[in-house]
Amino acid sequence: MTDTVKDVASLMSDGPPRERAKIQVVPLKGLPIAAAAVVFVTLAIAGNWQWALVFCHVAGGGLWTGIDLFVGLVLGPILGRLSIPARAEFSARFMPKMVIIMPTVVMMTLATGFQIARKMGNLYAHSPNHPWLIASFCVVGVMAVIALGILEPANIAVLFEMNKLVPNGELIGRLMKRFIYTAGITGLMQIATLIIMTRVATQ
Amino acid sequence: MVIIGGILMASYAPRKAPLGVAAALLVAGALLLLCAGVLLVSLKDFSRTTFLKVFKWAIFADLVTAAMIEFAFVRDHTNGASLFIVTCMLAVFTLSVPTTIAFTVARYAED
Repeated sequence: MTDTVKDVASLMSDGPPRERAKIQVVPLKGLPIAAAAVVFVTLAIAGNWQWALVFCHVAGGGLWTGIDLFVGLVLGPILGRLSIPARAEFSARFMPKMVIIMPTVVMMTLATGFQIARKMGNLYAHSPNHPWLIASFCVVGVMAVIALGILEPANIAVLFEMNKLVPNGELIGRLMKRFIYTAGITGLMQIATLIIMTRVATQ
Repeated sequence: MVIIGGILMASYAPRKAPLGVAAALLVAGALLLLCAGVLLVSLKDFSRTTFLKVFKWAIFADLVTAAMIEFAFVRDHTNGASLFIVTCMLAVFTLSVPTTIAFTVARYAED
């Protein structure tokens, strides 16, 4: 990674600034889809609509876990082996989409999950699933701190930096390192979520 | 702090959570947020334009999330002091996340 940072810095500062398409940090075309998801979840909670609650929770949770694990375990190592220009081009297209997708699936999963737990009585102290749900709250709490406090700020900062006339490659490399350092923790949390949720569903 | 408080409140739902602990976490979180605000205002070489630009977007997204969480608690008949503490926790959360994001971007801005 240190060679990578040096490469990025030299690539970014060689010659005159290059014309690049401006990155749209928040892809506006994705906002209506996110809004539709919010409306659907709201209706599901308001109407106590069992199918919709389970659909949002399973689909949202599946996407959240799947994307996290796929990006961390598959895409991440592949990206690390790409050339700097290829990595920058991929990130410029990929990261804005994550800005919309991840908060949406997380919101879908958590809001409906709480409602399902309440509906099925899993929140009561005497429920055999109660300790498992408390464990899942803690897991989600850890992921929330990492995602909201560390990764999302880095994601947005990288996109803003890439939009500059001469991006600071060293800064981008430093910010991207956060994803590498936290990949292990978030991967572990996602596996813990899979274990907890399958346990709750079968108990 | 507020995430821990939120987990505490949620883990006791639908019963009443021990409000003392939750309130203490809320106060601690609010004080830390206040410190962050004071430190931000006192920064000299800092791009406030970029900070506000990012803050606006981030708080919009977090307001939607916070509204959803609030709606879930209200729907579950949380009321009185519990609802007040949850609402205050959400307010602290809604302010602190955009502050973190906007500061991370603005500290490296060139304007």
